[in-house]
Amino acid sequence: MKIGLRQWVASGSPWIWLNGAAVAVCVFMVIGILLLIAVRGLGHFWPSDILLAQHQIKDRSSRIIGEIVDREQVNAQQLRDAGFVIENQIDSLPRVLLKVGNRDVTGTDFIWVLEEQLRQIQYAPYLFAIERREWGNFYGILHAVNESSQPVATNIDDGDAVVWQVLKSRIARALEIREQIHTIESQTIGAINYGLERLRLRTRELQLENRLTAVESALIDEQRHAYQEQYADLQEQLVILYTSVERDSLVAETMDGQSVEIKLSKVVRAYHPNTMSWLDKVIFYFNKLHEFITEEPREANTEGGIFPAIFGTVMMVLLMSVLVTPFGVIAAVYLREYARQGTLNRLIRISVNNLAGVPSIVYGVFGLGFFIYFLGGNIDQLFFPEALPAPTFGTPGMLWASLTLALLTVPVVIVATEEGLSRIPRSFREASLALGATKAETLWRVVLPMSTPAIMTGVILAVARAAGEVAPLMLVGVVKLAPSLPVDGNYPFFHLDRKFMHLGFHIYDVGFQSPNVEAARPLVYATALLLVVIIALLNLSAVAIRNRLREKYKTLEN
Amino acid sequence: MKKDTSKISLPEINFDTPALVRHRKSRAVGERLTAWFVGFGGISVILAIMLIFIYLLYEVVPLFRGAAIVSWIQDEQVRDSYILQDSVHPSIHLSLEEQNTVALKIDRQGNAIFFNAVTGQIRNRVLLNSPNNSSITAFALDTDASHLFALGLDNSQVLIAKHQYDVSYPDDARLITPKIIYPYGEARVDFGADFGALQRLAISDQDNTLILVASNTEQKLGMLVLSKEKNFITEEVQLSPQFYSLPELSTQPEYLFIAPDQHWLLALDRAGNLSLIDIRKPNHTRLASVHKASRGHVTDAALLLGGASLMIADNQGYISQWMLVRDQNNDWDLNLVRDFIASTDSPVTNLAMEHRRKGFAAVDVDGVVSIYNSTASNQVLSQPLHPGPIHTLVFSPRANALMVEDKQGALRLWQVDNQYPEVSWSALWKKIWYEGYATEDYIWQSSAATTDFEPKYSLMPLSFGTLKAAFYAMLMAMPLAICSAIYTAYFMAPTLRRKVKPLIELMEAVPTVILGFLAGLWLAPLVETRLAGIFTILLVVPVGTLIFAYLWSQLPKTSRWQLPEGWDLVLLIPLIMALVAVSIPLSSLLEDTFFSGSLRQFITYDMGIDYDQRNALVVGLAMGFAVIPTIFSITEDAIFSVPKHLTQGSLALGATPWQTLVGVVLLTASPGIFSAVMIGMGRAVGETMIVLMATGNTPIMDVNIFEGMRTLAANIAVEMPESEVGSSHYRILFLAALVLFMFTFVVNTLAELVRQRLRVKYGSL
Repeated sequence: MKIGLRQWVASGSPWIWLNGAAVAVCVFMVIGILLLIAVRGLGHFWPSDILLAQHQIKDRSSRIIGEIVDREQVNAQQLRDAGFVIENQIDSLPRVLLKVGNRDVTGTDFIWVLEEQLRQIQYAPYLFAIERREWGNFYGILHAVNESSQPVATNIDDGDAVVWQVLKSRIARALEIREQIHTIESQTIGAINYGLERLRLRTRELQLENRLTAVESALIDEQRHAYQEQYADLQEQLVILYTSVERDSLVAETMDGQSVEIKLSKVVRAYHPNTMSWLDKVIFYFNKLHEFITEEPREANTEGGIFPAIFGTVMMVLLMSVLVTPFGVIAAVYLREYARQGTLNRLIRISVNNLAGVPSIVYGVFGLGFFIYFLGGNIDQLFFPEALPAPTFGTPGMLWASLTLALLTVPVVIVATEEGLSRIPRSFREASLALGATKAETLWRVVLPMSTPAIMTGVILAVARAAGEVAPLMLVGVVKLAPSLPVDGNYPFFHLDRKFMHLGFHIYDVGFQSPNVEAARPLVYATALLLVVIIALLNLSAVAIRNRLREKYKTLEN
Repeated sequence: MKKDTSKISLPEINFDTPALVRHRKSRAVGERLTAWFVGFGGISVILAIMLIFIYLLYEVVPLFRGAAIVSWIQDEQVRDSYILQDSVHPSIHLSLEEQNTVALKIDRQGNAIFFNAVTGQIRNRVLLNSPNNSSITAFALDTDASHLFALGLDNSQVLIAKHQYDVSYPDDARLITPKIIYPYGEARVDFGADFGALQRLAISDQDNTLILVASNTEQKLGMLVLSKEKNFITEEVQLSPQFYSLPELSTQPEYLFIAPDQHWLLALDRAGNLSLIDIRKPNHTRLASVHKASRGHVTDAALLLGGASLMIADNQGYISQWMLVRDQNNDWDLNLVRDFIASTDSPVTNLAMEHRRKGFAAVDVDGVVSIYNSTASNQVLSQPLHPGPIHTLVFSPRANALMVEDKQGALRLWQVDNQYPEVSWSALWKKIWYEGYATEDYIWQSSAATTDFEPKYSLMPLSFGTLKAAFYAMLMAMPLAICSAIYTAYFMAPTLRRKVKPLIELMEAVPTVILGFLAGLWLAPLVETRLAGIFTILLVVPVGTLIFAYLWSQLPKTSRWQLPEGWDLVLLIPLIMALVAVSIPLSSLLEDTFFSGSLRQFITYDMGIDYDQRNALVVGLAMGFAVIPTIFSITEDAIFSVPKHLTQGSLALGATPWQTLVGVVLLTASPGIFSAVMIGMGRAVGETMIVLMATGNTPIMDVNIFEGMRTLAANIAVEMPESEVGSSHYRILFLAALVLFMFTFVVNTLAELVRQRLRVKYGSL
């Protein structure tokens, strides 16, 4: 039986379909966004093949070497306006974005090229790529490996394979030395500098209290002297290591035929993507992924890893949950179990609820004004006068960021805990009281243990919210590059006054403030993916715990 | 037997053994401790949360507190007025140094006396190089900041000098050594013997030229342009003077001012005729215009900081602000910007300009001092300071002190507390005519490179931007979220619903910084290149769905019933994907046919609409995405919790599902939907990262969907780290935070109350 159009409209069926379409659009968007982040983020570490081609513009031809990064259609009219000669019937042409690297030679990392201008495209096996500590990637053809500017292996005399082997082993050597240098510079010398700074503060403190006696000052001088001697020793070691690491270099040819010499001390890794097998690529991929998660960033955060950001985020979130859990639970217990249930209580509950909807930047402003300038400023006056005018706690830092976020998320914990408390059947409390337990004992032994899953849910939700918040952190302690982690081997080990790096802020900073946004973009996608995964997992576990909790009490109530 | 049972006696339990008593006591203590601990902890957490509001208020309130002038107190002693020793003549110039410790008085005899500003103790005395046969007839000051002044003599000569304060720290104590220096040598420059005695004088010193303008007794105006030539070896500056005569005026000018750009001369006579003379070409100077600039007789006039505005006080109690403004034909002319009316209605006698802000003080014949701010166009204070008329009034450089000299030559230093004059209701929320602008406007511009900059603190563009961003976000989110919620709660199969609902709520878990990043770096360029595609999708998706639905309804029942009820989503998702895929080629076709190839270029060149890459459309899409889960979740709950017997009753009476939905379900759930929209709105208003990253953050007021905006929240994020603690700017940012706080708090409370009422209503159903 067919229905007429009018009848169909009158039945309301079109509107139902439109509502259904809205759901479909939402689902489409969520999955689309997650897929977008996942594909772009994960794809970044895969070694793409290097292309070699002739770039033909009119009758001028030049060699081009690089990775294809992106592909799009361009409007032919725009190209005609830009001076290209294109036949009339063509509407649009494909063009590719090539990462040609060699920023030190060419000045740019990327170029757009019309696909039809590329001739004799080949993926030659001898093309290789180098990841460097500065100037981004290098793409080209390997010629020779030098030791103290004297060739030890060249591709003319020894063949490509030998040069490659020599290069591999020497890069490994250079990396090892660099690792030693890094250890000395960041850990040993870091500790010495920290010790010297503490001595300076100690002297100043004694001066301020008028207790700087000759004995004390001699003692301090002695210690300082010891540090300085140690420092001189290390300095000598460093000089030796630096000369040693600078020994080797490689000679390679760029796409425009220039021959360049690159110090191996500047090389992170070299690889031949075009000859790599599928398995090699997988290994390479996981190496890169490992580097991404465990290494420090390089080149103004656009390369390398994000370990300090992960560490800062986790540390801040942990500190925040340590702060927020007891306070949130106590407040919830007070509101639900101890306070008189009346209009005032209801109003307080509504406002606590509403604070979850107050913009996070407002908390940031509060944290900056109250915690940092007011509390921190006073703490500095009272406890750290020796460091003034340099602020210790009167400046953004880890502690204040955690406190601000704790304040931001305390409503979440309160609401979740209250919900948990309200779900515990009355009979349990009454049974406990009837057996002679006091109210406090009932609370500690019955009520709180039973509401642990609810508290957990609240804390996980709070952590999920805190991990994704960036706006308030920009005011209270996050920086784009922190010189040292908030936890290290120097007494007192936890440095809560230090500034820290954060995944979310890293995304903002690298994506928007970095000088080379195009080169940094894949890294930002990868960081975003990591953050989304962490937060989604946290949320899903909260949902799972909540559902289990509900099931549990459903059986109890019956 | 009986005996036996009696023998089995219950063991005697002593409840009062010391151990049990102790145990009971410790339990009681534990009970009390817990109650106390929970009570204290709970209340302090709640207070801590409330502290946010109190602290924001605490930082904002000083902005609206008035100013005060109080007696100078030093060494716990109120400092009264004093008369300088051996200085009988009234001053022609009075000035205070940075720290308010040293003051300078120059009198008509050419004595420059440096003295302790608080006690009047004389530090040193310099006789300015004035030959005995000439007397000082005119005085001119370049700017307060440069300390350069000129003395005009009755023999047509001018002496240029500067007062300077060297600061040194012998024995860790600050020592200020005042002195007079002659940056251009002690030799005098001459207007020529024909010119005669100088009546009035003006000086303007810029990098390459120093200009002097003087009037003589015959109402003539002369100008000396002194080009500077620096000796490369000695670094001494040589002046080479060139005399030009200026257009004649009809009356004797009383006040002469040279605009800091050295393009204009302003001459004002006692009757209030303000003449504007163009001196851009010294050879072809011309009288550009004459205005009647005061209501009565002019009593004082001075340039406001930066020299862009002239303040004219008259004996009717008015102070008028005149400003050079460029009109449509690019011609400059003087315009009356605003009037300040002295509250006392008595004649104003003197003006004093602040050195670092656009503020000034005026004093009337009764000695009542009023302090104003020109930008905020408000009177921050009016206070009697002296019984009777005074001779001179000057501000200290930091505007924290006022020095008053009365007709008898007695001096007194007053302390001024006026930290936030630039903030007023009108400065924050009304149109203001700023210096350098052609008309009144709403502008936010909190800082600039120059020191004489006029800060512009209009919150209007920011509030407008906030609402604009929220509006476009809601435009996208509301229909999608509410329609999805309706379908999910009411039409969808329960098994599917259990999957779809968490999936959509997962959107909330995506951090906004990621949405902002995607919006700014992925969506914005995409929207720019595929603008037509976006609009085509908006058109094709609903129309396509309707066509598909109609065709579906025409299918035979047997094939339709293959799909269980409430599983339409299985069809719809591929359909939407197909429609989006169709839209892209269709959009290029549409572009080619209607918009000559590119909608993006059509908008800019043919329609003349500005297009920013990061615009409201992008923000709307990204922030809409962020708001959808909030609205969806609450709406879905509201619809789902509508009691089933209501819908079943409606269906039983013969209504179609759609009729039931519109007539019963939505009506019952409407308060819940309302509260969902309010909470979503609150979220959109306060969202920071998305707007920060997906707009250009330019504080403009334009509804154009293709232009950006700056919101209150983004503004705080951008400017707060650089703002000086305790400054007006800092406190205004706190005010912005307070506004956001109040707005979201009120909106959310409203929503919460509505929701609670709804819950009560359902309870009764």
